Amino acid sequence: MVVNRFTILKGEAMAESDDEPGPTSSHPGASADAAPATPAAPLGPAAPLGPAAPLGPSTRTPAPTLVVRGLVKHFGPVVALARAELEVRPGEIHALVGENGAGKSTLVKLLAGVYQPTAGQMLLDGAPLEPRTPADARDAGVAVIYQEPTLFPDLSVAENVFMGRLLTGRGGLVSRKAMRERTRELLATLGVEIDPDRPALGLSIADQQLVEIVKAVSLDAKLLVMDEPTAALSGVEVDRLFAVARQLRDRGAAVVFISHRFDEIFALSDRITVMRDGEHVSTQDTAATDTATIVRQMVGRAVDTMFPRTERTPGAVVLEVQGLTRAGTFEGVDLHVRAGEILGIAGLVGSGRSEVVRAVFGIDRYDSGTVRVDGRVLAQDGPEQAMRHGLALVPEDRRRQGLHTDLSVARNVALTLRRRLSRGGILTSGAEYRVAHEWAATLQVKARDLDAVAGTLSGGNQQKVVLAKWLSTTPRVLLIDEPTRGIDVGTKAEVHRLLDRLAGDGVAVVMISSELPEVLGMSDRVLVMHEGRVTAVLDRADADPETVMSAATGTVRSAVA
Amino acid sequence: MTVDQVRTVPAAPSTRTRLTRVLLGRDAAITALLVAVVLVASLTVDNFSTATTWYFLFLDVFPILLIALPMTLLVIAAQIDLSVASMLGLSSVLVGALYENGWPLAVAALVALVVGAVGGALNGFLVTVVGLPSLAVTIGTLALFRGLAVGILGTRAVTGFPSGAQDLVSAHFAGTGIPVVMALFVVLALAFGVVLHATPTGRLVYAAGLNAEAARFAGGRVGRLTFWLFVASGVMSALAGVYWTLRYGSARGDNAVGLELSVVAAVLVGGVSIFGGRGALPGVVVGVLLIGALRSALRLADVSSDVINVVTGVLLIATVVGPGLVARARGAARRPGTRPSAGAPG
Repeated sequence: MVVNRFTILKGEAMAESDDEPGPTSSHPGASADAAPATPAAPLGPAAPLGPAAPLGPSTRTPAPTLVVRGLVKHFGPVVALARAELEVRPGEIHALVGENGAGKSTLVKLLAGVYQPTAGQMLLDGAPLEPRTPADARDAGVAVIYQEPTLFPDLSVAENVFMGRLLTGRGGLVSRKAMRERTRELLATLGVEIDPDRPALGLSIADQQLVEIVKAVSLDAKLLVMDEPTAALSGVEVDRLFAVARQLRDRGAAVVFISHRFDEIFALSDRITVMRDGEHVSTQDTAATDTATIVRQMVGRAVDTMFPRTERTPGAVVLEVQGLTRAGTFEGVDLHVRAGEILGIAGLVGSGRSEVVRAVFGIDRYDSGTVRVDGRVLAQDGPEQAMRHGLALVPEDRRRQGLHTDLSVARNVALTLRRRLSRGGILTSGAEYRVAHEWAATLQVKARDLDAVAGTLSGGNQQKVVLAKWLSTTPRVLLIDEPTRGIDVGTKAEVHRLLDRLAGDGVAVVMISSELPEVLGMSDRVLVMHEGRVTAVLDRADADPETVMSAATGTVRSAVA
Repeated sequence: MTVDQVRTVPAAPSTRTRLTRVLLGRDAAITALLVAVVLVASLTVDNFSTATTWYFLFLDVFPILLIALPMTLLVIAAQIDLSVASMLGLSSVLVGALYENGWPLAVAALVALVVGAVGGALNGFLVTVVGLPSLAVTIGTLALFRGLAVGILGTRAVTGFPSGAQDLVSAHFAGTGIPVVMALFVVLALAFGVVLHATPTGRLVYAAGLNAEAARFAGGRVGRLTFWLFVASGVMSALAGVYWTLRYGSARGDNAVGLELSVVAAVLVGGVSIFGGRGALPGVVVGVLLIGALRSALRLADVSSDVINVVTGVLLIATVVGPGLVARARGAARRPGTRPSAGAPG
């Protein structure tokens, strides 16, 4: 079986409560209780980059490819980066971690020439790195792979790789053949199977990232920065990306890897640098630390309960789905959820889990089956109808489906309530501000004011705005797809506490997640899907990683409870 | 996050902050520009600051004002209707042809409005149900409606409308240069303005224009909204056709050819983003008046029409590009105010 994002690596279960079955028991020594035993100070033998430690090439280790010293970036009064330090050696994968807003992305943008620093220094192979534009940075040898690469969709893979410096043949004409051959070679050395002739249009995000990496390799980039590359990838794709990253490392490249997933960080990186509030906190060897330590350094305190769960007695069935079928997408899906219950839906990307909740909520149509709310059939008449029946859907793709990134916080929160807030057909800003203020306070959204444009908030705060938008409708059934994707560990725990509280208030929660610890930690029951079908429904006590994974991969088909 | 301005609980901005934002906003800038043009023209161009000038200015821009109302909503919803001038022509021809055949003028006008609604519904159907882009659809119906208009009357013109109706259209409030029809516009503008800026439907217009998918996820019936916006556009275009017929006393197939571009230009000058999601109705009204006043002043100053067109074109480009350049010039200094989490999602 391939290792995918479900794999729980050391320390992943660190913050789960003690009554937690399954993951915790198989990973001892990582509970929150053990945390105080670990030295709290970020400095140690394995941490050559303490805040006070002078930086510079060491005599024992190879000269670093990248040195960042006292880097500061102000946006007017806002300090995005207070004092960043980073040292990346050749042949090293260096993980950069921190909560949203810690300054990771700002640092990346400074390296990439998108912004220019207010103060401080960046050195690449000992020479000052002062890119004024992304092109400068690229020429200097810095390549950045973003979460969602931007290839030219109508050009071929080879043309994308050589964009801006197309290879020419006889007579100065562009030589497709030369580019094709060169790209084929590069793809082969990285062990990637993509046809250099095919258009970029239709490549998966994972393949697009690999094309970007090939491009970086073709440019002989000295430093490869991967900014949350795995957020949108499936397990197999993550494995492939990691294999390529390791190869680049073994060939001597310096790789910076940013991720919110601790399993990935520990699986891939050689060293870890933690940032908090725009400052360098610590740098340590991955082998010499654990998740609990890193988390504590990230948030500046111990996150004691990642998966809070209050004992609840579920009430009556609120949502009942029977035989839901959409040809080619999902088939014969039965599920029900009771008031005060959290039903987790697990399954690999593409198993049809998101499609089922989309159909239930009325975004997509289904061919047959019924959806009942409180025993009454919910007609297929779009989301508005579903909302009237007390359903809410927090969708999987925050920036495309959940949020209007160009609208203000207030307008976003009030959008779902716009009819309820209007009096005699008139909707005032005052009413919107009131409801937005109330929910922003409840969820502790951090923003300048309610007119702040939602897209400028950090990922965690954006997710809180999406949650506010839906919780303000006081739903009785909350469908929530990837509740904590791409948000920091502190906010993650907050979202989990919120879900627990909602269930405690009698809301029926259906939660889809790609993160197995989340599904296992939060759910009262776990429903597993594989290729559009329900392959298992497990009670909390029976849901362990192995059972869920085998149901999700279709290797075992247990009886549907 | 080391951001001293970020409060844990974001509040509604104070009235003063909101007022400041309005005063620094685009609507205020375009209004200031209109005032400047009027002031300069009054001082330097003979006969500009007379009631007669304003009277004709209002009568000339009236059809553009009418059509700009639904066009503003359409463009904010990331749609466009280029068939408006052709619908105006078709409406004008229908009024003429029916009146010529002995129908009462009022009934003929009503039929024209109904045809406007049907034409708009056709646009709406093709865009929302068939799923074609509105640019392509309305370029098609631009040709279709104009073809029908010319087909019905040929190159003839119907004239000889009752003088009472014509006098009503060109009447003005005693002692001022303000035509009576402007009262109708004020009522309609208030209606459209309230819908856009103070109703749930208006919120959906913006949401649909910025991100139709997210609007749908939030329970918005985007297709239905878009359909009715096209119907409104058809009706208002037909109404402008009735006006045009009576104002010039002539129903012709080629009435108002090319007016759609004047409308779109005015909407853009008024601060609406062609990409949707941004803009406001007051700005558009000011934008129409700005273009009208400028052209009127230049005409009075005996500037040739070629030069007037060039000036109008430069104004369009300047007002559309200008704010972007200003924002870029302010650059990093302003960004923190609007981007408190510049490090996101870091």
